Amino acid sequence: MALDDRKTQFTFVGTRPDRPDGLDKVTGRAKFGADISAPGMLHGAILRSPHAHARIVKIDTSKAEAHKDVKAVVTRADFAELPFQPGLEGEFWNVLENVMAGEKALYDGHAVAAVAATSALAARDALKLIEVEYEVLPHVTDVDKAMAPDAPVIREGAADYSVPEGMHPNIVRYHESGHGDVEAGFAEADLVIEDSFVTEATHQGYIEPHACLGMLGNDGKGELWCTTQGHWIAQKTCAALLGIETSQLRVTASEIGGGFGGKTTVFIEPVALALSRKANRPVKIVMTRSEVFRATGPTSSASMDIKIGMKKDGTISAAQGVFRLQGGAFPGAPGDMTAMCAFAPYNLTNVSQIGYDVMANRPKQAAYRAPGAPMGAFAVESVIDELCKKLGLDPVDVRLKNAAHEGTKASYGPTYERIGLVETLEAAKAHPHYSAPLKPGQGRGISCGFWFNHGGETSVSLALSEDGSAQLMVGTPDIGGSRASMALMAAEVLGIPYENIRVTIADTATLGYNDVSHGSRVTYASGLATIKAAKHAVEKLCERAAASWGIPADAVKWENGCAIPSGPNAGDFDPRPLADITAHMGQTGGPISGHFEATPEGAGVSFGTHIVDAEVDPETGKTAITRYTVIQDAGKAIHPTYVEGQYQGGAAQGIGWALNEEYVYGDDGRLQNSIFLDYRIPVASDLPMIDTVIVEVPNPGHPFGVRGVGETGIVPPLAAIANAVSHAAGVRMKQLPMSPPRILAALKDNG
Amino acid sequence: MDYHSPASFAEASALAANATGITRFLAGGTDVLVQLRSELVTPDTLIDIKKIDGVRDINCNANGSWTLGVAATGAEMSEHPDLGRDWPGVVEAMDLIGSTQVQGRATLTGNLCNGSPAADSVPAMVAAGVTVTVTGPDGDREVAVEDIPIGPGKTSLVQGELISAVHIPARGDNGGDAYLRFIPRTEMDIAVVGVGVNLRLDGDTVTEARVSLGAVAPTVLLVEDCAKSIIGSTLDDAALDTLAAAASAACNPIDDKRGTIAFRTEVAGVLAKRAAKIAYARAKGEQA
Repeated sequence: MALDDRKTQFTFVGTRPDRPDGLDKVTGRAKFGADISAPGMLHGAILRSPHAHARIVKIDTSKAEAHKDVKAVVTRADFAELPFQPGLEGEFWNVLENVMAGEKALYDGHAVAAVAATSALAARDALKLIEVEYEVLPHVTDVDKAMAPDAPVIREGAADYSVPEGMHPNIVRYHESGHGDVEAGFAEADLVIEDSFVTEATHQGYIEPHACLGMLGNDGKGELWCTTQGHWIAQKTCAALLGIETSQLRVTASEIGGGFGGKTTVFIEPVALALSRKANRPVKIVMTRSEVFRATGPTSSASMDIKIGMKKDGTISAAQGVFRLQGGAFPGAPGDMTAMCAFAPYNLTNVSQIGYDVMANRPKQAAYRAPGAPMGAFAVESVIDELCKKLGLDPVDVRLKNAAHEGTKASYGPTYERIGLVETLEAAKAHPHYSAPLKPGQGRGISCGFWFNHGGETSVSLALSEDGSAQLMVGTPDIGGSRASMALMAAEVLGIPYENIRVTIADTATLGYNDVSHGSRVTYASGLATIKAAKHAVEKLCERAAASWGIPADAVKWENGCAIPSGPNAGDFDPRPLADITAHMGQTGGPISGHFEATPEGAGVSFGTHIVDAEVDPETGKTAITRYTVIQDAGKAIHPTYVEGQYQGGAAQGIGWALNEEYVYGDDGRLQNSIFLDYRIPVASDLPMIDTVIVEVPNPGHPFGVRGVGETGIVPPLAAIANAVSHAAGVRMKQLPMSPPRILAALKDNG
Repeated sequence: MDYHSPASFAEASALAANATGITRFLAGGTDVLVQLRSELVTPDTLIDIKKIDGVRDINCNANGSWTLGVAATGAEMSEHPDLGRDWPGVVEAMDLIGSTQVQGRATLTGNLCNGSPAADSVPAMVAAGVTVTVTGPDGDREVAVEDIPIGPGKTSLVQGELISAVHIPARGDNGGDAYLRFIPRTEMDIAVVGVGVNLRLDGDTVTEARVSLGAVAPTVLLVEDCAKSIIGSTLDDAALDTLAAAASAACNPIDDKRGTIAFRTEVAGVLAKRAAKIAYARAKGEQA
């Protein structure tokens, strides 16, 4: 949806005002998921399977129901019956099966029943009164083992049309793409390296656990307050799972304490509503951290084989990858995304990629920033690094030589429009970090990364007030400072100060449909919608001014917050500021608002390049990240501080993923580390200052040139850190996380 | 759940002696309350000993030894003007535990009675030769710290017994102590390996030493072979290598989510060397 009146000079865009939600958040006034209560409210709690895989023979809830403080108990029978369909076609069924187990418990932590009681303590005690008889079944948690012929079958019939015949039933989706002739390409290469890589599942690690308050009456009318990245998808999904009409459920998104993709679906929300319907009282559910780890979306674990051929001059002659992703006991592991993104930074003549979506006895994977892409980049960029090392080539030069640019046929099919990969590589080469000397024991790594970005269904409404201020309603929960960005873009179009615009995340009853805040789409799509809605209001403002002057509307233009005649021929009238027009709007035709409803489709793909220095203690295998620079194309940075925040956040999460974060399963299939003590995200003192460079190669699909920035920042870190660590340690690390025991073992094996 | 806040240790002991079910003593609560909240342990009787007179005192005795009340916190130990000069290893070990908030509550006694082999303050106390007073139905007895833990989560205290004071010996001349732990991050973590070293010098030669290992066996270990390997030496490379080998040889660790057997065994030796060097430098009056 390219606009022909693209703006290149800005008044407000590109400045760094305080975020409108900042004061509320630093003073504790902001209301997050758990910060709401209602009269007569009950507390819900969920009973979870202690088994990785078990048939549920019987659930006896009678003792819990007899508890004096218990007002409702629900099991799967209290939800709608939905059709089972293969792959992602039956996603509502998949979500329901995850929200409340049916015939089988499919992973450690899978919900099997829930209670609502008059206190949180009573609810917890009542769970102990529910008797569940399990028939424990063989389980599998590892992706390669889950594909093996003798692996226990998670669910027959879950594979969709894409899976070739003869594969194990745990393989539920299959992707194959590429172009050229890789065998011919390998034959042309001076050096071919083939290697295998493994990554463990990690959690998004948002600080705020899932929390909600649900009210659902016997009349099928409901209210839901929840922490979510998308309240319309919560509305649609909850309505389906409870068998009520979508429009009868009003959903309000709370302030959100982090999501990173993990809050794009529902877990406890349908349960709270089902309990509420049964008890006829509001029900609040707040997950514990352990529940968050055991039962909400980690990312996929992955096992990958890469083969790349390179000529002596650094030209990649062929590239091939097989990516096996495990996404828990449900279809959805993004093996297709991994495959499509893995080689996307490069202009390749011969490329071939295969992706598998594999089920295992683990929680249902959820999106986590650029889902699937970081693992693929880790494998591919490690092999490229090794090729550079063996051929004595500079890793930035080699990437520049092969870099995709405008007109390149992407590895996943389409032809790129204007993109900024080359600019990020040139900025990396010119950055003082890249040429800074390293101390003994240190190594430097670089990596490129790619993400598609997304547009998505978007509605925005903007209403002007009599005093000339504006209220803007958007439907994408603010997960990265987007209210500030929206206000800046609206200020730019209206020509009124940033502070005079109040941005609200509207609930599902007050605005049209909006897709989730995902796919790095908010600043792009809600931003585009905001600009269009503001322009829509400006058209009306110009019409009012034209009418007051008695000239045609097209003889009036909008400049610096005022209606003015479009030229000398239009007449000689004093400019009419916005507040002057709105002061009289009641008498001149009524309220002035602007709207936009559409699905913007010019999101513009995104690239980044990261430079990392790591130091490895050879006696303990412990890694310190000593310097980190993120370089990424933002198209146009609306609020540069929050763009930098996204870059730094991606690097910080990447450092955790690369070094210490992992799901640790015991032989019994139970998660061993479901608390932050043992699930080791980086603490502040683990991180260096993360430097950022914002490259701006405008996206032709956005009026101000915006490209989403939220996800690409987590694509390069795994590979860049692995390359740095491998150079520092003198041994190639092929498994994540590169925890001290793994590095020390690799050093020992290397002699 | 019954909650009591006795005014004396004798009263606390009597309450515990007569209690049925699970009893827990509450000082800082940084383990007890966490276990309660996560439903690992739900006590029937909770005896709060924070309200007993003197439990937060840190006193230096006339002979140079120290007596600490059972509710003296990590933060109070770190902020004490003299304790850390005598026993930097003990104070630093305590200070490694948890966050700033936890430091305001956590105690040496709680860390010891929790019975974790990975407790940071325990190897430092064992190396320092710390003893505790145990009050029970039959009166008081003094027990070496290394005799309190008997297995993960288990202590030698019997029903009705509780620790009522902590005694750190006089530092004396030419002595130094140190504690180091390995964690994969830089803070807020549980020791994968911990090593406490306490030694005394005559000139450049080590004349006394105690070396203790944490998180490598079911209890914190006091390792005689480690001490022997450096006593009589000037902590030269050969002595350090022998020390490392002795430390590794003493390990009897497990593979778990926090580390592997091979890793713990190897790193115990590495940390023993590093901690010994720091203790040695401190004994010589150098900054370390």
